[in-house]
Amino acid sequence: MPMTMSEKILAAHCDRSHVKPGDLIEARLDFVFANDITAPMSIRVFKDAGGERVFDPQRVAMIPDHFVPNKDIPSAMQAKELRDFALAQKLPHYFEVGRMGIEHVLLPEQGLVLPGDVIIGADSHTCTYGALGAFATGVGSTDLGAALVTGKTWFRVPESMRFVYRGKRGAWIGGKDLILYTIGRIGVDGARYKAMEFTGPVIDRLPMSDRFTMSNMAIEAGAKVGLIAPDAITEAYVKSRAKRLYTFYRPDPDAAYEAVHEWDISGLEPQVACPHLPENVRGVSELRDIRIDQTVIGSCTNGRIEDLRIAASLLKGRKVAPHVRCIVIPGTPDVCRQALAEGLYQTFMDAEAVISTPSCGPCLGGYMGILAAGERAVSTTNRNFVGRMGHVQSEVYLASPAVAAASAVAGRIAHPDDVSSI
Amino acid sequence: MSIRGKIWKFGNDVDTDVIIPARYLNTSDPKELAHHCMEDADPDFTRKIRPGDVILAGKNFGCGSSREHAPIAIKGARVALVIAESFARIFYRNAFNIGLPILESAQAAAEIREGDDVEVDIETGVIVDHTTQKRYQAKPIPPFMRELLTAGGLVPYVRRQRQRAGGR
Repeated sequence: MPMTMSEKILAAHCDRSHVKPGDLIEARLDFVFANDITAPMSIRVFKDAGGERVFDPQRVAMIPDHFVPNKDIPSAMQAKELRDFALAQKLPHYFEVGRMGIEHVLLPEQGLVLPGDVIIGADSHTCTYGALGAFATGVGSTDLGAALVTGKTWFRVPESMRFVYRGKRGAWIGGKDLILYTIGRIGVDGARYKAMEFTGPVIDRLPMSDRFTMSNMAIEAGAKVGLIAPDAITEAYVKSRAKRLYTFYRPDPDAAYEAVHEWDISGLEPQVACPHLPENVRGVSELRDIRIDQTVIGSCTNGRIEDLRIAASLLKGRKVAPHVRCIVIPGTPDVCRQALAEGLYQTFMDAEAVISTPSCGPCLGGYMGILAAGERAVSTTNRNFVGRMGHVQSEVYLASPAVAAASAVAGRIAHPDDVSSI
Repeated sequence: MSIRGKIWKFGNDVDTDVIIPARYLNTSDPKELAHHCMEDADPDFTRKIRPGDVILAGKNFGCGSSREHAPIAIKGARVALVIAESFARIFYRNAFNIGLPILESAQAAAEIREGDDVEVDIETGVIVDHTTQKRYQAKPIPPFMRELLTAGGLVPYVRRQRQRAGGR
């Protein structure tokens, strides 16, 4: 019986020859993790459920990345709870400030999440690892706490939707534009409860960092997972990093999909999601008159070295507009080191941008760039809900690092060509 | 289990940042979270509601972040039930895991008005709007989710499973 990618991965994790959409299964988990916001509740659940030792310390990570370095006293208390638990459980994958990165940039980089895995994380953007060909999905603290005890969780096998991207990818078009375009087409619940599979000639040639960006935002279409079949690009990324064995699962050619969307992206211009939903997507040229107060370049969506390189290429030799704050947030210490080695810090400093330590920070309105009433940001993050980055009357426009950097220079929403042609 | 309360109506795609803004996620205390429930949609929400009231919303309620703080804030505010046309996936799981009753009914979501007096049987999914005298049938709760509700949430469910397996 032919299976989609998620069906194959799930079947292999519950010892069945096949599964079909709607089946309720209990799957073995290859990796589970939580952060400083979600872990404290998970730890309480773990204890309430009778947990003494986590099911396998090698397969658990605790990553304080949201409000760390601690933004206030309550945040410090939460981070301490997580640290104490990691120490008591002797967890090898606890990441203290200095080693800590944004979880969804850090875990793939460190080779801890791998192709063919089933992974849950107490964070909705856990779906990022779909880019590696892993069935990875976000859960709440209770599910995560229970999984810390059992190493298993239940799933309803999702229906799969196939997205085929054809045509020629334009100069400034990356994974962010492709996923924003997709969400714009199907809406914020267009893939609710479903498994998305991103395929086609454009994906076949898409670099790993852009693939992470696409899978990262599958949740913004309501999806459970956003998968990309592993290939030579995946292999090149994981082989030197992997801390465990991994398996490539590819969908059967005759697998059944609930829907297939096929798009030619030739001529697509950079995409921007307008307030207050990620589905309010327009081409950047329609938005050129909109003045901005801040840009954020970073996050689990676009905090990788490739993203910083693109931003730096547009900021090099230019200045951030006088009334604009441009905040750059490298995703992990390795991204920081690489950016430093390549001279990107110098470029950002010369452009009068500011560089933060790795943190989720402003993406969710935590700290490090909160917006005042009436302020507007262009951000490479993933959500633009009401009040997401600060005041309830502030606005977030979601875009690629290229658009964010160009906008920082222009002081308004800008096409990268507006700046690079100056 | 029967619920009777007043309807507080919201639109489509109510996200978890609206249900409980991230600026309050430096705590997981249900009382503190409840205090800020729905604040960015209606700053007076928690002052206006009475225990046992019902939230009614359109499609994709609870989209966005996986924060369990969202259903906890709603439950902590003593909202007895959320009825929506549909729920986002993670919120749906979280609500059952922490014991916040939720029901899906597109017709109820479309027709019932703010302020209506409703009576709901969680087990059968029958919703009676006493203001308009109309009756709605919500989608039945899937058997496994009903098992979770019967056990009292995921924690007692796991505890029971471990006992059955003769767990340590």
